[in-house]
Amino acid sequence: MAFRYSFQQSLIRLRHNNAHFLRSLATNTTKSSTTQNQGQTGSQQTSSTSSSNKTKSIKGLGRDVVFIDGVRTPFLQSFTSYKDLMGYHLARHALLGLVKRTNIDKSLPEYCIMGTVIQEVKTSNIAREALLSAGFPDKIPAHTVTMACISSNAAIASAANNIATGQNDAVIAGGVDFMSDVPIRYPRSMRKLLLNLNRTKSTPQRLGLITKMLSLKNFVPEAPAIAEFSTGEIMGQSADRLAAAFDVSRQEQDEYAQRSHKLAQEATEKGYLDDIVPMHIPGAADVVSRDNGIRISTLEQMSKLKPAFIKPHGTITAASSSFITDGASASLITSVDKAKELGLKPKAYLRRYVFTSQDPKDQLLLGPTYATAKLLDQCGLTLNDIDVFEFHEAFAGQILANLKALDSDYFAKTYLNRSSKVGEIPLDKFNKWGGSLSIGHPFGATGVRLVTTAANRLIREDKRLALLAACAAGGQGHAMLIERYQ
Amino acid sequence: MASAIFTSLICRQQRLLTLTRSPVAIQLYTRLASTSVQQQQQQQQSQNKPTDLQQLKNLKVEYQDGIAVVLFNQENSKVNTLSRGMMDEFVPLFNHLQNDDKVKGIVVMSAKPGSFIAGADINMLESAKNRDELYKISRHGQDVMNQIEQSKKPIVAAIFGSCLGGGFEVALACHYRIAMNDKRTGFGVPEVKLGLLPGAGGTQRLVQKLSLPDALDVILTGKEIKAKKAKSMGLVDAIVEPIGPGLHPAEEKNINYLRSVAVQKAKELTVQKPAKKEPGLIENIKSKIMSSSYVQNYILQQAQKKVMSQTQGLYPAPLKILDVIKQTLESGSKVGYNAEADGFADLGMTTESKALIGLFHGRTECKKNKYGKPEKEVKNIGIVGAGLMGAGIAHVSIDKGFNVILRDTTSKALSRGYSQISKGYEGYVKRKRLTNAEYDNVLSNLQCQSTFDNFEKCDMIIEAVFEDLKLKQNVLAELEQRIPEHCVFASNTSALPIHQIAANSRRPQKVIGMHYFSPVDKMELLEIVRAKQTSDDTVRSAVSVGLKQGKVVIVVGDGPGFYTTRLIMFAGSEVFDLLQEGVSPKDIDKATKNFGFPVGSATLFDEIGIDVAAHIARDMHAAFGERLTDQSMPQLFQELVANNLHGRKSGQGLYIYQKGVKGGAREINPKFTEIIKNYSKEPKEKVTMENIQWRTGLRFLNEAARCLEEKIITSPTDGDIGAVFGLGFPPMKGGPFRFIDTYGVSKIVDLMNNYRSKYGDRFTPTQLLVDMAKENKKFYS
Repeated sequence: MAFRYSFQQSLIRLRHNNAHFLRSLATNTTKSSTTQNQGQTGSQQTSSTSSSNKTKSIKGLGRDVVFIDGVRTPFLQSFTSYKDLMGYHLARHALLGLVKRTNIDKSLPEYCIMGTVIQEVKTSNIAREALLSAGFPDKIPAHTVTMACISSNAAIASAANNIATGQNDAVIAGGVDFMSDVPIRYPRSMRKLLLNLNRTKSTPQRLGLITKMLSLKNFVPEAPAIAEFSTGEIMGQSADRLAAAFDVSRQEQDEYAQRSHKLAQEATEKGYLDDIVPMHIPGAADVVSRDNGIRISTLEQMSKLKPAFIKPHGTITAASSSFITDGASASLITSVDKAKELGLKPKAYLRRYVFTSQDPKDQLLLGPTYATAKLLDQCGLTLNDIDVFEFHEAFAGQILANLKALDSDYFAKTYLNRSSKVGEIPLDKFNKWGGSLSIGHPFGATGVRLVTTAANRLIREDKRLALLAACAAGGQGHAMLIERYQ
Repeated sequence: MASAIFTSLICRQQRLLTLTRSPVAIQLYTRLASTSVQQQQQQQQSQNKPTDLQQLKNLKVEYQDGIAVVLFNQENSKVNTLSRGMMDEFVPLFNHLQNDDKVKGIVVMSAKPGSFIAGADINMLESAKNRDELYKISRHGQDVMNQIEQSKKPIVAAIFGSCLGGGFEVALACHYRIAMNDKRTGFGVPEVKLGLLPGAGGTQRLVQKLSLPDALDVILTGKEIKAKKAKSMGLVDAIVEPIGPGLHPAEEKNINYLRSVAVQKAKELTVQKPAKKEPGLIENIKSKIMSSSYVQNYILQQAQKKVMSQTQGLYPAPLKILDVIKQTLESGSKVGYNAEADGFADLGMTTESKALIGLFHGRTECKKNKYGKPEKEVKNIGIVGAGLMGAGIAHVSIDKGFNVILRDTTSKALSRGYSQISKGYEGYVKRKRLTNAEYDNVLSNLQCQSTFDNFEKCDMIIEAVFEDLKLKQNVLAELEQRIPEHCVFASNTSALPIHQIAANSRRPQKVIGMHYFSPVDKMELLEIVRAKQTSDDTVRSAVSVGLKQGKVVIVVGDGPGFYTTRLIMFAGSEVFDLLQEGVSPKDIDKATKNFGFPVGSATLFDEIGIDVAAHIARDMHAAFGERLTDQSMPQLFQELVANNLHGRKSGQGLYIYQKGVKGGAREINPKFTEIIKNYSKEPKEKVTMENIQWRTGLRFLNEAARCLEEKIITSPTDGDIGAVFGLGFPPMKGGPFRFIDTYGVSKIVDLMNNYRSKYGDRFTPTQLLVDMAKENKKFYS
């Protein structure tokens, strides 16, 4: 208890310092933020001594967490090249890719956490299976975490905590989802009979149970539910309603989706998406080295599509939704000291994160709004202080609804408990290398892609602060602030 | 509620009649007629905003892309009804839109979330003086609906909220119906519940739109159909899922959303008539079969049988509805519309309809809080005793925002109670009244425990332990040491005097009676018993909790047997007198059921439990003496109990109860016949069906009047509501007071005196009735 208590104390202190640091940082780095922050007493004071405080405050934290690098398999539409594999194969490949990319020894990681959503029952702790199959020493414990589309964000957050609190020095955080194969079950009535069959002793009893099975309904398979358990609603429907609630038009959505595909295409061609580790697939003619869901359509083509979820008056179509994807990702997270010791060059500090949750019915996908507002408030920052935004794109309508929610005084006052809106996110800082709509969205793997992309963009764009955010089923949200490591 | 169109119809009719004479009407008419030139100019200036219709009070009209959106927005009201004012505006507006070339299509919807049109203004119907007026009301309703239907411009009804009676008839007349899938959205023609029929084309259009069995079900039961079900039945064409809050509050967003979908649809319909869905093979076969007159007749016959068996033929409305539909199917819609209007007018004049409308008003009144808010709102309720009643009370509380602790001494009793509640809610999930998540959430508000932990947080205790004064006093004494100062202690008792339960209480002002009826989740009545020492604020707490639980609440005085139990026992003592005279329980059941009681008066004692009745009979005999009954009844009860004839729960009472043997097939218990012989009385006259009905009925009526006289109840309305909703007094007779009014108080007094001369003083008419007979007064003016 005492141990834990002191931890919390130091964490609180850490947060406190961090907020001050960031505030000072903000006031120093961007011109606009000085005016923004004028109202905040204290920040002025800090800013006057900030340049000297900057290094000081970081050191004072003791356990700064750094993101060394992140990699991923190419994200492929389900039922394409990966279709004969299993999920852990992809996770294994991501792990091997991470080792290769960072050049670490396989015995270095002390722990491994991976996110996943649709579980293959055989590998329910897929993190451990992937580690073992990738030839890591069997001495590394691993656990699998699930939090819908922010599962690997949860993995990273846990890893960061482990390091910040001194539990570990180097942790692998990753994620995987494999939708080309999902567990399809017998219905409950049949499962019950089958389980009873195991426990019966005599043949007549067994025969009795078997005759009971001979009903058609016992053979109607049960696919994993795509509907929200608490509301019974499919996510696409909720997203469509969300878009309507924020007056997002069909055309805006189509345009946004097109933008995502265009930017992803551009980033691919320029070689920006170098977090991809090409993968050889047994029996395949060629290596898989690119995401295969990027497809630029004309607005006219898109406008011909019928609504996918709410018919006939819905606005979300297949073109403005993220598609079902297979893929895995992995990242290495360490303490600053460890990185230095090993001569690793970190890409970014993982500064601070929040998880939020809200109404799973009408605000299912508004997590980024809640999380962004909360994170900025905690750090004492404004949107103007952020150089790079990476948001998970579940649906174009969802992204646009979130952008409008952040920019709405009504919403801020009614739901965010703020006196005024968070503000408008400039699109020229937003998801500039495409997003889940175009690159794909293997649920459990997207979080690491967001962090990796944000870090890579900070370096390529020569900027300091990035904010990433994502929504998730269950009405949850996540946001994380990362700072370029220099 | 109910069919609101009538209101409108009267208005329209009057408008038409006076159109040529009334200067105002002429003005309006000429304004409407001469708008075109002026209007066009103005329209060009201010985008489709005709000035002449800006004076509307109950309607709003807005124009969007050639579509006129007509929004019902009744002034000074939370809901829309087809009131006089509404129709006075709607008809001319509708005509105007028909003639306005700029308008290509029309959307009708409500500006109020949660209410499309809730039905007719019932007061309006009641004010119709004779059959002729009612006939005209129906006729004009039919006309307006037909005009809507025959409009060349497509009319889309966008429905968000209750769409009942006349409102539903309006929607049915439109060319396309879009429903918001909100909990409040519901469709139905509840006219039958008021002893009427949907008289503005409702019977005609529903028969067209639905299969015959479905149509009969909807019209005969008056039930409300939720949006999704309405879609699957084909009553609505499209569903819109409500959206959440966004840049504006959700309600506002939803109206706009529904509106944009409806406008879009109306635009499509101006280009393209709605595509008739090609019926599949099975549907084809089905409709072929259904359209054969043989099958139709068979269905109607079956429906008739069912109606007769359920209502004993005491309700004219369902029979009339069947008749109208039969005529329609046989002779076509022209005859059908005539029959509908005739039927409507006939029904409107029946005493049954008047009684049902009276009950409707009474029920509405007893659902309002007349007593005001309590000082401290009740949030946490502790229920002591997890039996049938305790669990039932928990059942109706946990989904109303209360945290409930259900306490009993043994875990077995708690498990039984928990199962009762969860089973009830599982039924709701099966019937799609609740989602699984809602089920889980509701059940999370229930704590079952055998301790008194957390009772110090309770705002109200409702005890439902066994009916024993000592026991109840002990519970109160024990709890008073734990519960906070403000906590109300309510006793669920059917007859134990509240002031006696509170006799040793440290704060008797907080003690009150809350008499629930079994099964609690189905019986609407809650009889709140206010003792002398009970404080006003305690009454307020109890009433507000009861109303929140969805109950119809009456507040009665703390006399022996309160109100409802007293009536049962007075009528019941006559039942036992009859039994002692050698009348068979079956004859008594038959007679009372024919009168309209849902359960025969002999069977009733088996249901209540003869042991329970014995307790009450003893206490009430002590209080009322010979006026209730002679010495023999309490003794008879005692002997029945001593022989384990406890009623249904012990498997035997007046009847023998066996699994699989129901209702009329049950045998009379030979043990009972044996015992009653020892108490036999000489019959004074030949006992006929009528004799049984009057003897039991008069005792009931007289005692009800006496309760009013003694101020046990405060109004005839409370008395009628209590008797109908608590005791199953025949609803089409409106309750004891309405019945006395209808039958004539002096005739009742005469009858009483007549029976008094034969049977003695227990038939003495109470003073109130005698006085009223003298002054020729009525309970309801």
